[in-house]
Amino acid sequence: MHASINTLLSDSQTPSMPGKSRVLKWRVVDIVVASVIGVASGVIFWAWGLAWSPLSALLAFTPGLEGLLAGGWLFAGVLGGLIIRKPGAAVYTEVVAAVVSMLIGTQWGFSTLIWGVVEGLGAEIVLALFLYANWRLGVALLAGAGAGVAVGLLDTTFTSYAALDIGYKAVYFVSAVVSGTVLAGLLSWLAVRGLARTGALTRFAAGRESGPTDRARTVSAR
Amino acid sequence: MTPEIRPSAIARVNPVAKLGVALLISCALMLSIDWVSAAVALALEAVLLAWCGLSARQFWLRTAPVWIAAPFAVLTTVLYGQDSGAMLFSAGFVSVTEGSVSLAFAIGLRILAIGIPGIVLLATTDPTDLGDGLAQVLRLPARFVLGALAGLRLVGMFIDDWHTLALARRARGVGDGGGLRGHARRFGGLAFALLVLSVRRGSKLATAMEARGFGSDEPRTWARESVFGVRDGLIVTIGAAIAAAAITAAVLLGTWHFVLA
Amino acid sequence: MTGARVTASGWGWRHAGRARPAVSELDLDIRPGERVLLLGPSGAGKSTLMHALAGVLGDDEDGDETGELLVDGRRPSASRGRVGLVLQDPDSQVVLARVGDDVAFGCENLAVPRAEIWPRVGQALAAVGLDLPLRHPTSALSGGQKQRLALAGVLAMRPGLVLLDEPTANLDPEGVVEVRDAVLRSVEASGATLIVIEHRVAVWQNVVDRIVVLDPVGGILADGPTDSVLSAEGERLAAAGVWIPRFPPAPPERRGSPDTRGEEVLLSADDLAVGRVPFARKRAVVVAHGLDLAVAAGTATAITGPNGTGKSTLALTLAGLLPPADGRLAATDALAAGLGAAPHRWRSRDLLARIGTVFQDPEHQFLAGTVRNELAIGPRALGLGGAEQAERVDALLHRLRLDHLADANPFTLSGGEKRRLSVATVLATRPRLLVLDEPTFGQDSRTWAELVRLLAELLDTGTAVLAVTHDEQFVTALADVRLTLVPGTGPASGHSMSNRSMSNRSVSNRSVSNRSVSTPGVSTHSVTTGPRERAGTDAS
Repeated sequence: MHASINTLLSDSQTPSMPGKSRVLKWRVVDIVVASVIGVASGVIFWAWGLAWSPLSALLAFTPGLEGLLAGGWLFAGVLGGLIIRKPGAAVYTEVVAAVVSMLIGTQWGFSTLIWGVVEGLGAEIVLALFLYANWRLGVALLAGAGAGVAVGLLDTTFTSYAALDIGYKAVYFVSAVVSGTVLAGLLSWLAVRGLARTGALTRFAAGRESGPTDRARTVSAR
Repeated sequence: MTPEIRPSAIARVNPVAKLGVALLISCALMLSIDWVSAAVALALEAVLLAWCGLSARQFWLRTAPVWIAAPFAVLTTVLYGQDSGAMLFSAGFVSVTEGSVSLAFAIGLRILAIGIPGIVLLATTDPTDLGDGLAQVLRLPARFVLGALAGLRLVGMFIDDWHTLALARRARGVGDGGGLRGHARRFGGLAFALLVLSVRRGSKLATAMEARGFGSDEPRTWARESVFGVRDGLIVTIGAAIAAAAITAAVLLGTWHFVLA
Repeated sequence: MTGARVTASGWGWRHAGRARPAVSELDLDIRPGERVLLLGPSGAGKSTLMHALAGVLGDDEDGDETGELLVDGRRPSASRGRVGLVLQDPDSQVVLARVGDDVAFGCENLAVPRAEIWPRVGQALAAVGLDLPLRHPTSALSGGQKQRLALAGVLAMRPGLVLLDEPTANLDPEGVVEVRDAVLRSVEASGATLIVIEHRVAVWQNVVDRIVVLDPVGGILADGPTDSVLSAEGERLAAAGVWIPRFPPAPPERRGSPDTRGEEVLLSADDLAVGRVPFARKRAVVVAHGLDLAVAAGTATAITGPNGTGKSTLALTLAGLLPPADGRLAATDALAAGLGAAPHRWRSRDLLARIGTVFQDPEHQFLAGTVRNELAIGPRALGLGGAEQAERVDALLHRLRLDHLADANPFTLSGGEKRRLSVATVLATRPRLLVLDEPTFGQDSRTWAELVRLLAELLDTGTAVLAVTHDEQFVTALADVRLTLVPGTGPASGHSMSNRSMSNRSVSNRSVSNRSVSTPGVSTHSVTTGPRERAGTDAS
């Protein structure tokens, strides 16, 4: 009993526990969990696409505020990036999500795939700039904003919004970035924190930052 | 979620070829906003639809999002599109001109022409065959293709989970009330609970896959060969021809309007 | 092909992020072809050992290893394909969408030539008795079939060591036998070494050669031939929660005589049909119909029958969570207490003090970040005062031995703790009727006994209990009324069993014509029967 209490203390004091050697190669569990998150996000993307039509119709009478809805398609990449913490995780998760929503059927057809790649890259570049070593809230918000910039550029260049006047395009772009920061950055960060607390992320560094997960209760249990 | 696929000429085509066709047409049309390229592509696609084997019900159900989206995009463009020509109506931000109306017409056609082929080709594609094609024909990394395919299989379960989670909330006394805010909160709670369940399932599935030798760097074999044959090449050629015809027609008729210009 | 040898010397593993090692100081030698049952209290590291042998524990990122663990003299991660592992949860093991592809998956990963894969797939499916087309969708399989499919996937790899981690814990009794027999047939044919973890010793007792019991503090507690380990350690294992046939958990005491129970009817169903509305559809697909029953205060009703007969759907309907597909379901004034007679029309909050539901998977019910808040959700929704809330929560924490976990996240509890918590959350609002879906699935004997004792106490205080279950011991221990749903393939006649004061009915579904012939065997002690049932009185 004494021994286990001692190990508990000494172990939780060693800072080496989570990131003693940062492994950037993807494990199977990284791939599968990223895929599952991507697939689940894809279903939400699809549902968001259905909700988008009436919502954007409401906003159609405002100049460019439809950009506020863009964040609904940006969270997958940030979420995947924050959980998996491996290079490419944001792009991979966002692309899987895009492909899944495309498989179910969206009005954007195959362009969904291209959007997914670029939006994922938007988040990925931010995470890469921090060398895949910083996962605080600020970085999450920036990654969300990065995805927002990506979608803002795409939408105002290649979609029907390209036909808008330049002022409306600017409003659209800014609202897309705001939407990405909040819906993709903030919400994803909160989701990861909540997930870590449920113990669902024990196989990921993201789930181990709050110290040993078996707590003192395993000691008191016997 | 897996589409109900009826045997048809298109269904037998290698999914990679279909991917190529849809990408070619989408990219070509995305380069310009004009009604000629969109209309030409749409007309040629309509001819191809005859071989896709979709029933009328399936077709309308699948493409419904496009038919809903197009009018809204048209509306936005009419109201806020780049103005030119005679002013037809104006109030506050809103200005409707001959230019914005013709632009809106082009946008509407373009959404249909980009959206429909993608949906129709995917409606005739089994995800497993697509995975085979991506890994064997395009040589994408097998670990990722199979990981994604395994994740995709869990979608059907998500729907059951969602339903059960909603019932459980009703049983816990928090399943209704609260107005719009209550609805939003419940939706958020359900989505998070689903995320927890899916990450846990994913972790277990990863273990099961590793236990069957998945994930090493050594080469693997494929029980089913994904063949990219002459017919598949022909399909890609037809796709390229549609894209080329659309662009050529627009350029010849002088309506071509490059998006970055 | 021969069996693999397993050797461990001073082996241990600590999961990353954990303070204590899951396994430590393990010394073990298993001969080729041996069949071993691996036992130990929960938390003894049985699953960790299995995962290590299968080479799926991961690398430095996942934890720290000490000592040495070898399969045929090599590290497990270097002997891919030599070891095959079947896990507990049927849903998390199916990899691909088609039966044939799923079985072939392991062979592909081992780079077996294409020409050889399909014959192997055929043999493996035959070995586990799955006679299905190769393109059959895996989503359409039952739990037992999924486990046999997982086994086929393992067998197709031709492993020398087969590992089964509670392969039958989530299955109904038919599924258990299906899977066990498939395992035996296949290891017999291949000579592979077999290691099984299973709480329910009776399933494997007569077919294994040896039992190894892991010690939660490290090393091995007992190791030897089946009978000698069971007679030497049986009692201690039973106390730790392992199901040992000679030491069954004690049945609960019930107060009051069976005849006086159940005078007050709470809920009655008349020609009820139940079903769910599928995704994106309008009309419910009926899974069971022509159901008559009455649920009375202070009585326990068990709903039994094979998978797919609509037991869970029936329970959810009776619990007021799903609308009836057809027929009548009415709460009496005693239950409705001023509300209308149709429970599914009640508001969510109104259900709390009337009908409580315990779902099969406790995780579906958890809403809060700590055990304490989880328990407070119901009382708060009822609008109880802070003092009353705290009092109820503390009492339940104590009663269900969850005190020390009050601040833990519900999702991080062990299986038994999760089950206790899910029951406690429902008890916090003191419902008059308690509906449970497979409450004892996968539970060790300690949790089982606690649960049964708790339910018996509730029954004595007048709460009605209705449980969907496959667990015969549970039915024997508690049920006053048994309702057996049978598939519509034929009339269920002569289905009788005698058990205390149990009334026994078979209700057929899918075929209306069966109704008239399928109501035999209602015992004279029947307490919850409606007029229609009494007509068929036929003492069992």
